[in-house]
Amino acid sequence: MTRPELLRVEGITKAYPGVVANSDVSFSIGEGEIHALLGENGAGKSTMVKMIYGLVRPDSGVMTLRGAGYAPSKPAEARRLGVAMVFQHFSLFEALNVAENVALGMESPPPMRELAARIRAVSEEYGLPLDPSRMVGDLSAGERQRVEIIRCLLQDPKLLIMDEPTSVLTPQEVEILFKTLRQLAREGTAILYISHKLEEIKGLCDEATILRRGKVVATCTPRERTAREMAELMVGQALKTPERRLAAKGEVALGVSDLSVESPIPFGTALKGISFTVAKGEVLGIAGVAGNGQDELLLALSGELKAAPDKVRVLSQPVGDLGPVERRRAGLVAAPEDRYGHAAAPDMSLVENAFLTAGVRKGLTKNGFVDWSGTRAFAEEIIAAYDVRTPGPDVAARALSGGNLQKFLMGRELMQGASVIVINQPTWGVDAAAAAQIRQSILDRAGEGAALVVISQDLDELLEVADSFAVLNEGRLTRPRPTEGLTMDEIGLMMGGAHGMEVAHHAG
Amino acid sequence: MDFGGINPVILIATLMASAVPILLAALGETVVERAGVLNLGVEGMMVIGALGGFIVAVHSGSPLLGFLGGAVAGALLSLIFAALTQVFLANQVATGLALTLFGLGVSSLGGQGYNGIKPPATGQLLPDALAKLPVVGPIVFGHDWVVYFSIFMTAALWWVLKATRIGLIIRAVGESHEAAHALGYKVNRIRLMCIAFGGAMAGIGGAYLSLIRVPQWVDGITAGAGWIALAIVVFASWKPWRVLLGAWLFGGITVLQLNLQVAGSGIPVEYLSMAPYLITILVLVIMSAGRRGKANGAPASLGQNFHASR
Repeated sequence: MTRPELLRVEGITKAYPGVVANSDVSFSIGEGEIHALLGENGAGKSTMVKMIYGLVRPDSGVMTLRGAGYAPSKPAEARRLGVAMVFQHFSLFEALNVAENVALGMESPPPMRELAARIRAVSEEYGLPLDPSRMVGDLSAGERQRVEIIRCLLQDPKLLIMDEPTSVLTPQEVEILFKTLRQLAREGTAILYISHKLEEIKGLCDEATILRRGKVVATCTPRERTAREMAELMVGQALKTPERRLAAKGEVALGVSDLSVESPIPFGTALKGISFTVAKGEVLGIAGVAGNGQDELLLALSGELKAAPDKVRVLSQPVGDLGPVERRRAGLVAAPEDRYGHAAAPDMSLVENAFLTAGVRKGLTKNGFVDWSGTRAFAEEIIAAYDVRTPGPDVAARALSGGNLQKFLMGRELMQGASVIVINQPTWGVDAAAAAQIRQSILDRAGEGAALVVISQDLDELLEVADSFAVLNEGRLTRPRPTEGLTMDEIGLMMGGAHGMEVAHHAG
Repeated sequence: MDFGGINPVILIATLMASAVPILLAALGETVVERAGVLNLGVEGMMVIGALGGFIVAVHSGSPLLGFLGGAVAGALLSLIFAALTQVFLANQVATGLALTLFGLGVSSLGGQGYNGIKPPATGQLLPDALAKLPVVGPIVFGHDWVVYFSIFMTAALWWVLKATRIGLIIRAVGESHEAAHALGYKVNRIRLMCIAFGGAMAGIGGAYLSLIRVPQWVDGITAGAGWIALAIVVFASWKPWRVLLGAWLFGGITVLQLNLQVAGSGIPVEYLSMAPYLITILVLVIMSAGRRGKANGAPASLGQNFHASR
């Protein structure tokens, strides 16, 4: 099936100081085609679409839209020419309502009342119900994404760019999103779909362009390839599946009972009656759509949020009222999700960052002074064991790429010999090879008898590493169940289904 | 109908006038903070506006030009702040404090030859026939134009922030500069314009002190009014009508306690003098209490500099 060509990208190159983000990238998208841009983090996908959307200008190369030259200098121009984008992060305003958020993304929005009516109409048409007067801060992740999609649809785009749209959705919501996207494609809208989730791309996309280190390494038709083939094209090497070393489940290492805390985060979710136990050698996977209490749970376990002493117990010792340092001493370490600012102090060196959480457990102080040579040795040990790509341990944490810093931070927590390890989003923004390595070390630590709690939004990851599985939904935790034998459908239902979404009922 | 030597009609009329400097400065700062910028230099911009307005009015003989001069002087000073924080990404708190000290110093130097001069007078706006009406006369009709201007600006800013596209963009920039940038808005340029507006408003507020309230040039004429304006913005939850309420409350209690001092009430002067600060803050705290997080309306990016990286 040949389609008339909509967008053609030829020989695009974009370099930043020290890194070439895109080098001689060429591909084309036909009208009504769903085209995947596939690649690891840092492969240059985001830079590429930012150039198409006019946020970044290419150093060289040309783009044509329907045969005419296309070089948008700002997003407004791209929107005017019919290119719209749904962002992965950072483009909604929590304190504004839905209609205001939509208006901000439009060139000449109609008066608010009319806009609200149009939002209702379009959202009905595509089966994405939304109330225009609701505050975005109160919406679920899936609903927020609908705001972005509707913002784009109201401008009748020819090309819709979607940057990792499913990372925050439940499986049911993903299905509905795909139905909407297929409907749009049938109506002639081309979709540029960015992802690194291969199964999704196989199910949805007509064509795929695979990027690696800024270059196009392959173009293929996803339906005709296996996920593994595409993954290896993406990574450029054969992938190892993590191996599980079976350990006999030991006694309970972490016990949490009826833990309820208010959220300190604006628009956060309070935890309501959380109870679970994790035994030595067990990995508990906690799934859930972002914003359902994951951050709060991490804070409550790490000790940043305190509770009554017996609500949290480490090796039968009540630690609920202790802060992070005392909890580390008791044997519990935690790795938060936000790398720049929460898990690490971005402007401090890796050595200093290593000391910040490992000082207590690794005995890196002598008579109240920091043992710098010991700390440096520990940092170097992490760098070697986790293959952290850095010029040395003295560079600032900020200077490392997200994936590399994540490897360092995971290593820092996993190598402290703690008996309970809590991790939020262990492989967020990490490339597939490094993610496999991090998952392997999680399993290794469990094999050595540690109890782990892994909070993640990546279901495949949880199914790979977790022995038992629970879901956080609006601050409540479901009863943990053994991972073995769980189906995607059951997981979806545990996650609260599709949050009232309905399938598009638009005929035509 | 006096109560202990205090006439309520005169009291209300006076408080409306005495609240003008704080009200204008606080309204300007509301816009600045809604755009996500914390400019602690309000006091400095007011005092520069007071001097600039005074000089222009004395030399031109026109109080109207004087207010214009005050606005320009305040805006120019605020542009120093804007350049430092928006272009060179300096820390906003430190820069704002420096701006206050700088403004106080410069005004003290520039005002050297202007002590003891009387500025041209600004009369009441409406004819005497209206202003002489009982009760409503002094309260509604008896003011100079700046009082009406300050109330008009309250309504105008409320409407602009609530219902117009410009207001929406300002709020968006203050709420999440990354998101605004991703949608293609020029975050730093919008903020720069808001800062200049805030400076102009503070300058007019300052000029009201030197041209109408006092009316002459005195060193340090603002006497902390800029700080009160800053506090009112926060406790008024960044809402123009509440800013008006806060400013009038403060102005009202200031006038009342002066009257009480004159009337020779038994309350020690120290307590009376601190009353305006205490009561204003207390009332506004009570009003903004109980609505934590999203409802108190603090712009989420307040005080954070924005730099467009990749």
